Amino acid sequence: MPWIASITRDNPILWFALTFGQIVVITIVLLLVVAFMIYGDRKVFAGVQMRKGPNVVGPFGLLQSFADLGKFLVKELVVPAGADKIVFLLAPLISVTLALGSWAAIPLAPGWVVADINVGILYLFAVSSMGVYGIIMGGWASNSKYPFLGALRSAAQMVSYEVSIGFVIITVILLGGSMSLPRIVELQAGGFWNWNILGGGGLKNLPLALVMIPMGVIFFISGLAETNRPPFDLPEAESELVAGYAVEYGSTPYLLFYLAEMSNILLMSGLMAVLFLGGWQAPFPTPFTASWAPWAASLFGLMWLVLKTAFILFMNAMVRAVVPRYRYDQLMRLGWKVFLPTALVAVAIVAGWRVYA
Amino acid sequence: MALQAIAFYLMAAVTLGSGIAVVSAKNPVHSVLFLISAFFSAAGLFVLLGAEFLAMLLVVVYVGAVAVLFLFVVMMLDVDFAQLRQGFARYMPLGGAIAGGLAIEMVLVSTAVATNGAARLNDTPMAAGAHAPLGVTNAEAIGRVLYTNYVYFFQAAGLVLLVAMIGAIVLTLRHKPGVRRQVIMDQVLRTPKTGMRMVSPKQGEGTDA
Repeated sequence: MPWIASITRDNPILWFALTFGQIVVITIVLLLVVAFMIYGDRKVFAGVQMRKGPNVVGPFGLLQSFADLGKFLVKELVVPAGADKIVFLLAPLISVTLALGSWAAIPLAPGWVVADINVGILYLFAVSSMGVYGIIMGGWASNSKYPFLGALRSAAQMVSYEVSIGFVIITVILLGGSMSLPRIVELQAGGFWNWNILGGGGLKNLPLALVMIPMGVIFFISGLAETNRPPFDLPEAESELVAGYAVEYGSTPYLLFYLAEMSNILLMSGLMAVLFLGGWQAPFPTPFTASWAPWAASLFGLMWLVLKTAFILFMNAMVRAVVPRYRYDQLMRLGWKVFLPTALVAVAIVAGWRVYA
Repeated sequence: MALQAIAFYLMAAVTLGSGIAVVSAKNPVHSVLFLISAFFSAAGLFVLLGAEFLAMLLVVVYVGAVAVLFLFVVMMLDVDFAQLRQGFARYMPLGGAIAGGLAIEMVLVSTAVATNGAARLNDTPMAAGAHAPLGVTNAEAIGRVLYTNYVYFFQAAGLVLLVAMIGAIVLTLRHKPGVRRQVIMDQVLRTPKTGMRMVSPKQGEGTDA
């Protein structure tokens, strides 16, 4: 935040303390959000199936996730006899570290981002491409058939969909001409017609919406595949692999895996909001916030980011509830033969538009 | 500055330690995991140098893609550890010679950069330790050099990769006769009319369909 920069200009220790404080606050809020996100996910899933969903713990079952948390924490930690113990316990730690670390580069409100790196989008891409290691290591270290099969599936799946996500991200970079996430959000200011999903430049770039809307859809679907969400949850397909890479995990390590998966879903939704739906920008021009206090403007921006992310999370939950699981060869075909060529053509079109139009 | 020095020595130590562990680890999967750790801390060193674009690319390409495939293959291999150990003494001199050659090369390059300055851009040597001009991001600076001075080398590298890719496809693509392939178009275009035939067999006769 700008005011942090002004206070801590020549005091590295103060700077460190403030940044560390931000990280702690964001992590705690994130964990709380994930808890309620799991609750919401289950409620939507239940609603589609005309069930009630969690409704016992707390009012409307709101505290269900915390009850689950307590249950996981007090259970005994079991490491299988033939397992590679260090790698087995390292895997969930890596997963959850990467999942939480990605949030450093997400711009939360006007001028508020923990780490304003000028290659922020690449940082996110790099961190999410490392997420596969948690699953592979866990599956291998379990020394058991189902987890290993799940790990191999997830490795192939995540690497494949990363390629199309990469190309979709390139189209967004080309639109804004910057790899810094705060800059990408800034450029989408002034109303929903400036959002990247509609071409990212008002009426002049509106024809690009024909390219960018499909790119948004590809990003959403690839995000589902990247986070192993249904209909792409083959690494943990319960009808074939029991629980995939997580079969041998229980207690806190499983909780960490679950937390990592859920916060990755949250991250993908947030990233979709930032890249395509204008991040913290309101969907209408907001000249009136100029006279507001900085904290009010920040909260106003944060509110829009939360709303957009919640909307995409809702779509996520609906997809999980209504779409049946893909077959593995169809999954690979979709990634390599449909999304990749489409995204490649889109990169060429957007680049051409940027140069000649 | 002290913080940077601590970070440098920490990451350099991790890089070197993981590098040694890669060749000395008994389990090949552990070797690959150490290799990943080496890549990752090397990326950290790039960040310290102010080359964050290269650092991210190192992580995306090597950690995120290449090493995943390594791990994928190594995990599925059935490795005989005793056999692996046998060749150690025989390959040691050759490996040592290559390592020594690379070390000498690195020392020569470092001294050359330290005395004569870094890369030449437009035939004007940049001063030693000079950074890209202010206001130009890392990616932009690399792009400017890559697409102007070195565009032919860049394109040649791209061509080499393309040839390698086509080669890999040609080597593995086999159309065996007698294998039934899934034709997605046919499946998608199938309607109740084309996929279903109504028959009304007489009682006790059955149907061939």
